[in-house]
Amino acid sequence: MASLTPVSGSADLRRPLPALLRRPGFVISSVFAVLVCVITVVPQVFAGLFGHGDPRRCDLADSGLPPTPGHPFGFDIQGCDLYSNVVYGARSSVAIAVLVTAGVLVIAVVLGGLAGYFGGWVDAVVSRVMDVFFGFPALVGMIVILQTLSVHNEVTVSLVLILFGWAGLARVVRGSVLATVNSEYVAATRGIGASVPRILLRHVLPNSIGPALVLSGLNVGLVIASESALTFLGVGLQTPAISWGVQLNTAQQYFTTNPHLLIFPSLFLTVTVLSFVLLGDALRDAFDPRLRYIR
Amino acid sequence: MGRYILRRLAMAVPVLLGTTFIIYLAVYALPGDPIQALAGPGRVVSPSVAQVLRERHHLDDPLIVQYGFYLKGLLTGDMGVDFDGRPISEIVAAGWPVTFQLGVTAWLFEAVIGVLLGTLAGIRRGRAADLAVLGGTTLVMGVPFFVAAYVAQIVFGVNLGWLPASGTDAGWPLAYILPGLVLALYGLPQTARLTRTSVLENLHADHVDTAVAKGLPRRIVVARHIVRNSLIPVVSLLGVSLGYLLSGTVLIEGIFNLPGLGYQIFAAIPKHDGPVVVGIGSLLVLVFLLVNLIVDLLYGILDPRIRLR
Repeated sequence: MASLTPVSGSADLRRPLPALLRRPGFVISSVFAVLVCVITVVPQVFAGLFGHGDPRRCDLADSGLPPTPGHPFGFDIQGCDLYSNVVYGARSSVAIAVLVTAGVLVIAVVLGGLAGYFGGWVDAVVSRVMDVFFGFPALVGMIVILQTLSVHNEVTVSLVLILFGWAGLARVVRGSVLATVNSEYVAATRGIGASVPRILLRHVLPNSIGPALVLSGLNVGLVIASESALTFLGVGLQTPAISWGVQLNTAQQYFTTNPHLLIFPSLFLTVTVLSFVLLGDALRDAFDPRLRYIR
Repeated sequence: MGRYILRRLAMAVPVLLGTTFIIYLAVYALPGDPIQALAGPGRVVSPSVAQVLRERHHLDDPLIVQYGFYLKGLLTGDMGVDFDGRPISEIVAAGWPVTFQLGVTAWLFEAVIGVLLGTLAGIRRGRAADLAVLGGTTLVMGVPFFVAAYVAQIVFGVNLGWLPASGTDAGWPLAYILPGLVLALYGLPQTARLTRTSVLENLHADHVDTAVAKGLPRRIVVARHIVRNSLIPVVSLLGVSLGYLLSGTVLIEGIFNLPGLGYQIFAAIPKHDGPVVVGIGSLLVLVFLLVNLIVDLLYGILDPRIRLR
């Protein structure tokens, strides 16, 4: 892995993009990540490449059939074309990843920023609440909460993932705000009489959000993996929804007789998660030189 | 040391109250009928059953009193009954040994393999072994681990037949090797990478240079002077990951059919057996908190600097 690259002079740090483009891991993973995002926006184009491309047009006579010409991934238990289902499955994963990443970032920046800037009782309250969320083994907490919800769609699953995801990032934001607040330029801004919102938004935030952004990038892949795990367990998205987790949940009963039901959704899920993780890893190395130096 | 223990205990109490209160709120105080939430969507509850449940869960009392009852039940081991009338404490008693054995097996794999790989990568920085460990750990982080569980089950359990593919009939250790290895993947990348980073920091420490200068063989320098000193942060991570492995048991026990606590949750979800999911879920949260508490206390004994922080 190229995170081993030693710090090779300041030119690299000022212009991270050319350095990134020299790394095969970054190029390949970003191609896959972009591909998944394009599939999310226009799944019909990709689904139409083979066969009829309609994930809802099913014929029970085809139930569980292995791959055939025109249907490269075969058919699922309901007799639907598995290829178009897998292609459409990217949608919910990416939608949830976007919602969760944005939600976690907003909450973490607001709460972590306030705790780091004001200190005192604000910090005490936010830190204790963070401690409570660190007290959950995350997957178990999410299962318990989701089990009690009556609605399971992209929004509720995202909300639960945000609920158990914000604390880790808020701690990072709090730390970097704490490091920024005592710097001289913030003291100078305060000295010339700038208002608190102005100090926070114009000076503290831009200088302390870097690590949080990098970490969010790294988390996208993990969010997709968590969502699929929750759905696979049966507490995430539910059957009418087209999602890799749902497909894998159904496939587990048939995996000895119809292994292709398990293989193709897992393959797409793994490639997606892996490319987002590798992408996040490359971005972290590029934008956080301290981490690159240690690792 | 006494003061450190007291302070750490005092920190654990609000976390315990907070976590249990969140679960409690989610189950009993969300909008909608709590009885229906317990029963799961779509299950019809007759008025007489609803009345019994209302009384059993003290639903006519104020919220905070209800929470008190829930917490008391949880701490005294009375977690109610599932929808077939079987006490949840009985289910827990039956499942606990399996989860414990699986957790310990996975934890041993994680500790041994993680430290070995991390040390290897650290002392061979920049060479093939190091690149392989870094690349491999990224790969492991990127593969959703229930997918890894199925691949391992199909390849090693069904196709090659090297190890039992499911169930606990073969007993410990044979039945637990495959699920334990897969579960260990959950924390393996972090363990290996932290060990590597820590080894790199110690590689040129003064005491290591001294050991080299006085002519100790490389093997002894690595084992006694580098690895031992590098393990301090790793021990902390390994302690915490014991708790995280517990949450992974829901997926792994479900896939490998090991009848432990996680399996009970796995099996209760499709049946919408709310009391089992909430009861065992709360219990796993308690165990997680307890494990972290013990790890912190042990760490205070191991490293005196922590106590004074």
